[in-house]
Amino acid sequence: MSDDKNDPVEIFRGHVELDYQYTAGVSASRFLRAVEQGKFLGQKCPVDGRVYFPSRGSCPMHAVPFGDDSTVELPDKGTVVTYSIVRVPSENIPLELPYITVQVLIDGADTALGHVLDANLDDVRMGMRVQAKWKPKSEWTTSMANIEYFVPIDEPDADYETYKEHI
Amino acid sequence: MAELTAVVGIGQTKYQSKHLDHSMPSLVRVAAEKALADADCTWADIDAVILGKAPDMFEGVMMPELWLNDAIGGAYKPMLRVHTAGSVGGSTGIVAASMVQSGIHERVLCVAFEKQSESNATWALSISMPFSLASVAGAGGYFAPLVRGYMRRSGAPEDTGIRVAVKDRQNALKNPLAHLQLEDISFDMVANSPMLWDPIRYLETCPSSDGACAMVMESEALASKRSNKVAWIHATEMRSEPTQFSGRDQVMPQATLDNSKALYKKAGITNPRKELDCAEIYVPFSWFEPMWMEGMRIAPINEGWKMTYEGATALDGDFPVNMSGGVLSSNPIGASGLIRFAEAARQVRGIADAHQVDGAKKALGHAYGGGSQYFSTWIVSSEKP
Amino acid sequence: MRDVAVVGFTQSPSLRRETDRNEVEILIPVIQELRAQTGITNDEVDFVCSGSSDYLAGSSFAFISGLDAVGAWPPICESHVEMDGAWALYEAWVKIQMGYADVALVYGFGKPSMGDVPLTMALQLDPYMMMPLWPDAISVAALQARMGLDAGIYSERDMAERAVRDRGNAKSSDVAQVKGDFTVDGILADPYIANPLRKHDCAPISDGASAMIIATADVANRLQDRPAWIRGFEHICEPMDFGVRDLNASRSTEIAAEKAGVRSDKIDVAELSAPFTHQQILIERALGLDDATNINPSGGALAGNPIMAVGLSRIGEAAKRVWDGSADRAVAHATSGPCLQQNLVCLLEGN
Repeated sequence: MSDDKNDPVEIFRGHVELDYQYTAGVSASRFLRAVEQGKFLGQKCPVDGRVYFPSRGSCPMHAVPFGDDSTVELPDKGTVVTYSIVRVPSENIPLELPYITVQVLIDGADTALGHVLDANLDDVRMGMRVQAKWKPKSEWTTSMANIEYFVPIDEPDADYETYKEHI
Repeated sequence: MAELTAVVGIGQTKYQSKHLDHSMPSLVRVAAEKALADADCTWADIDAVILGKAPDMFEGVMMPELWLNDAIGGAYKPMLRVHTAGSVGGSTGIVAASMVQSGIHERVLCVAFEKQSESNATWALSISMPFSLASVAGAGGYFAPLVRGYMRRSGAPEDTGIRVAVKDRQNALKNPLAHLQLEDISFDMVANSPMLWDPIRYLETCPSSDGACAMVMESEALASKRSNKVAWIHATEMRSEPTQFSGRDQVMPQATLDNSKALYKKAGITNPRKELDCAEIYVPFSWFEPMWMEGMRIAPINEGWKMTYEGATALDGDFPVNMSGGVLSSNPIGASGLIRFAEAARQVRGIADAHQVDGAKKALGHAYGGGSQYFSTWIVSSEKP
Repeated sequence: MRDVAVVGFTQSPSLRRETDRNEVEILIPVIQELRAQTGITNDEVDFVCSGSSDYLAGSSFAFISGLDAVGAWPPICESHVEMDGAWALYEAWVKIQMGYADVALVYGFGKPSMGDVPLTMALQLDPYMMMPLWPDAISVAALQARMGLDAGIYSERDMAERAVRDRGNAKSSDVAQVKGDFTVDGILADPYIANPLRKHDCAPISDGASAMIIATADVANRLQDRPAWIRGFEHICEPMDFGVRDLNASRSTEIAAEKAGVRSDKIDVAELSAPFTHQQILIERALGLDDATNINPSGGALAGNPIMAVGLSRIGEAAKRVWDGSADRAVAHATSGPCLQQNLVCLLEGN
């Protein structure tokens, strides 16, 4: 901005700050309480039996709520169905560049979870088997951030046919 | 039933990273005034106004249509604000058309805009919500894994995306309104640009733009009296599906396949590749050209890349795509869909200047948004159906 | 024009704070109940339209999650307005008029308890000249109320009477948030919160959702003995700037009512969504209502104010009075923007 009185005002900085208090929701709360205990919970659709992970309030295909009895416990291992190597900084993400974002299909789940993978950039591939690396137990809270990242594990890659419908 | 409706006026601002020369009201007004001038109308001739834009947080104004209403001539008139994620520009055109097609209004004005320089879109798109881990870096971070999925299943050559980028950037040089004007664009320049969200390179992505686009639409009774060419709306279609569900094909969503099928049925089209002369498709990352060629049933599944590779989608090809330079060259998000619709109309009206496709009679306008889950499309023609 | 009627309507309770449920969880039972009420399944619905606000939700694209409550599979024809659900209904009605649809599902939802609504509403104002001053929504309404009082258009007693009437009516509502037996003198003894507005002059802030199905004659006559036919549907927007419009009248409501044919015969029931008592008076005047009309039998916005759904709910409440035969002609009203900037009028008839 120029101080010259005859120059137009082209831009000024305004500050907008609003506080919000979010509610996770009934279903997500159940999920997050389990994550706080180091457990993954999925939910089974009462119509087609497909397992949603992370669990959510309802089945988006059938618009039916997931009741208490729909909960199933899942392992913390899964398959990378697709990924990207990110080299662009983003204000909301504190990770060092470059980092790998992955869509992980947890074993027994029918929807993929977005997370971060700690691996050699050259090694990451579709079908790679991975497992959650949890933070120290003393730091666990009701957040998916309890999982620091996923790490590769020594298992043969999953066959493309087994996960291709989850991309 | 539906009244025949035509696009009779089109106005666009120049697209650029910062419009310091325009306030928000001034930006939308410039586009609206140009559309009125093109339609040879005055503000008093407009029965209703429709405003579209992407999330309010992009500019930090809640429901900005209220404030902008008199800038677009909406004082004491019906006014609607459309918001359907990235497809909003297309949806805005469709809602405006429906106001005339329903017989409720004779002539309407629609405007879509974004002034990204007044906020931070990547921030607004990636607000950290509690309970979840932020790992998606803006739209590129979201769509890059889908592009990888497409590459895997189609077996497309890895330089397909580069070829799309070069072609759209060359087209932009023929469109003075386009934001990015890269005079020395070349295959190597795109190939050597930094990898941002692997496999998407810097020059395979869209810019962040300020800009507005406007259209005037009219009933058949009014439009038929005009001596200049108008663009007759043959069909419009919209489809949505949820963001995430089990078995969702995010690379080739059912919503796009359903949308294109229904659109062609309404327009009486059986072979879109032959019957359409050109298309303006929403391609924010280069690889989405082959993907949406398939989604719009112009190419067989997993073969969209062949059209790019063979040069069919070039300005002088047999099915030109994004003659204006497309979203890759200008991306005022909320307006981008309406620009696709408007550029399709310019083609069939024969007023696309240096990026005109010779003899274009029938054209497709396309927009998509959300997590590849919202689709809005239309077909316009120089002839009545 | 095609004959189109309101054939189904459901709403959540208006609550100051939904402590456990998120927006989708609020919406799901509302839509499930609507399906049960009408027997209409997804494959019979040709078009879906919704209304909501990102700024209320505090995140971009907040409306997308609403799709989860509809069951958008197979993919649906769908659109969204960043407006009250009443305008989503208008868009759906237009789609039916053009022959694009015969049956439409419409919903509006919001969870304003997540944020500070009066402050958030300041973001609707001119961002260059007014918003940096952060005028909250109650203060802006108070300025308008002061103008009307000083001009002798209404008195503080007139305003208090609206609060007593609407909250008294709301006693029979199972979704209202503020209801009970109040007295004018009691209210007038209360302190001001933003002179000349007292707490009772302001609508509550409510979390909530509502949903509706409208349909052409074939379906309407099958589902309802007495469908609520939409005979007039108009909306008008004024400029925002306070200096260029008459704040002591609602010119946009007058124009919309005139075009909708509201005044051509007696109105039995009116449901108004003005969020302040003085605005209720301005809307009653603009619609030409008098003692012959039962105003806000549900309690209106002053009894429950689920922002982004409250206007649609007024249309639903008016339709209920037509269905049950207590009204032959009913008018519903929705508003948006500071000081009644934008207004919508929907005329429903039983015959």
